[in-house]
Amino acid sequence: MASDTPRTTPRASATFDAYTLSEIRRAASTGIYDIRGGGAKRKVPHFDDLLFLGASMSRYPLEGYRETCGTDVLLGTRFAKKPLQLKIPITIAGMSFGSLSAQAKEALGRGANTAGTSTTTGDGGMTPEERGHSELLVYQYLPSRYGMNPDDLRKADAIEVVVGQGAKPGGGGMLLGQKISDRVAQMRSLPKGIDQRSACRHPDWTGPDDLEIKILELREITNWEKPVFIKVGGARPYYDTALSVKAGADVIVLDGMQGGTAATQEVFIENVGQPTLACIRPAVQALQELGMHRKVQLVVSGGIRNGADVAKALALGADAVSIGSAALVALGDNDPHWEEEYQKLGSTAGSYDDWHEGQDPAGITTQIPELAARLDPEVAGRRLSNYLKVMTLEAQTIARACGKSHVHNLEPDDLCALTVEAAAMAGVPLAGTSWVPGQS
Amino acid sequence: MRELDFAELGLREINSQLNSADAASEEKHWTINRPMGQHAIACGLQSPLDVQIKGHVGFYCGGMNQQASITVHGHAGVGVAENMMSGEVRVTGNASQAAGATAHGGLLVIEGDASSRCGISMKGVDIVVGGSVGHMSAFMAQRGNLVVCGDAGEALGDSIYEARLYVRGSVESLGADCVEKELTAEHIEALTELLRRAGIDHAASEFKRYGSARTLYNFDIDHADAY
Repeated sequence: MASDTPRTTPRASATFDAYTLSEIRRAASTGIYDIRGGGAKRKVPHFDDLLFLGASMSRYPLEGYRETCGTDVLLGTRFAKKPLQLKIPITIAGMSFGSLSAQAKEALGRGANTAGTSTTTGDGGMTPEERGHSELLVYQYLPSRYGMNPDDLRKADAIEVVVGQGAKPGGGGMLLGQKISDRVAQMRSLPKGIDQRSACRHPDWTGPDDLEIKILELREITNWEKPVFIKVGGARPYYDTALSVKAGADVIVLDGMQGGTAATQEVFIENVGQPTLACIRPAVQALQELGMHRKVQLVVSGGIRNGADVAKALALGADAVSIGSAALVALGDNDPHWEEEYQKLGSTAGSYDDWHEGQDPAGITTQIPELAARLDPEVAGRRLSNYLKVMTLEAQTIARACGKSHVHNLEPDDLCALTVEAAAMAGVPLAGTSWVPGQS
Repeated sequence: MRELDFAELGLREINSQLNSADAASEEKHWTINRPMGQHAIACGLQSPLDVQIKGHVGFYCGGMNQQASITVHGHAGVGVAENMMSGEVRVTGNASQAAGATAHGGLLVIEGDASSRCGISMKGVDIVVGGSVGHMSAFMAQRGNLVVCGDAGEALGDSIYEARLYVRGSVESLGADCVEKELTAEHIEALTELLRRAGIDHAASEFKRYGSARTLYNFDIDHADAY
């Protein structure tokens, strides 16, 4: 070909894009699947695809900052003698000591306290520091039962039976050897430095019939005082919700695929489970058909970022939301302040997700004392409480604009969707139409 | 001695009375009659009580036990003594699946047979089974001792960590990363003591010992077929 012959521009493949090619090369080089933290990063229909209609001629708004708009939530009203009383409809999701530093767990407790909400333990059990710094603490009851003991069960304010989580419905947890410090190993009854695999199924029950008996045992041991949550990943939300009600849940925590994890295979995070938006309406439908909506409370998590997301989840029928990834960002995770160090780790602020390696420059997802010491629990806790209060104010602002005196009065009629997909998933009309795909 | 009739009082009342008998209580000896195979009997006890249950029990009897000594005069359902922390649970008959699951301490004695997943994820408990155990027993067992005086089903000790397994009879198959290990004088001494505590009369030298090969402790792609 002559040198002056025009050439077509090199064309990258949409199928074999740069990320895909890099992953093939990485897998070929290392012989191990990619493990990372966080939730699904792929673009999926989300709360951004919904809009509130606001008040106009057919309904009137409440006066901002003057007319009351309630935000309190009571979780566990079905069977528990002592339901959880929250001032705001936002809770802190389960994250373990082990995956997080002790300083980060303390900061979560401090932030939640100030905002008037609960925080949650994770795989590995309850630390005294965590209990001490969390006025309202939900104790996760996980398949691994690492660190599980009845004394901590009784110290908790609620119990969350973890059946699954959004990042990995059907998968167990991982904590790689780098993060199994002496204390973490002792709490989990495991040798130091091993790659710890958590079981994906509970060891002593299978299915909702057995779970009903397990919950009976938990209630007997805690004198029927503690609310019992069941946490499920966003797999089959209609049936999972119905079966959770059958099993005796006081509260159902429903975690969509954007919900984070401390460490899971990338292929699992991105390819298993449903988007949060797609999970809420089927779950609410199941509760309504059983006559249990608002009697068994629904907590939604997975990609909640701001007060608008909170308001939209509540409008679709949730009683509260839970945040994990966003709470870590509020503490200081992925802060550009640490950009130089993120670069050294082969990442960049905003994209750092190698939480399993334990090298977090922000001192949050690490067990290295020098790194963990970078996080001041009081300062980070203040940042979290600020963030929680801003989200609550935002949700109230929207609720008032829709004429609601409590955030729980938001309803699907207050919403429309920007895309056909979001309209179908959320069960609300496509904007500018009365068309709800799949229903009309 | 206090005698309680389960059929008359029901689960909540029985467990409330047992749990209110704290360490300072003068009444240490309790008998529960007519348990009717019900679930969660005598779970979550926290005091050094002696509890005799006269009949069969359902799921999770003696679950999360601390300090109490519980004897089931009959068979036990799923998860007997699950997550026990201390004390002793004894079953004179057979036990269903997941006996002693995740238990951290104490002694569980099953004088008959135990079904599948006996000692699953055990974290420090001592379990002595007078008969045989079913498949996947000691799956992901972390700490403690499982003694089987009869035979073990398939995949014994799959993905085991640091628990010690002793089997007197045959083993249908070993699970991933579980291997036979030498029975040293130290093990014979410990096993002899364990059998004595369980009240089961066998010579420790008749047992074989199994434990972790520790090849799966850190991921290696060349072991992928074992995961």
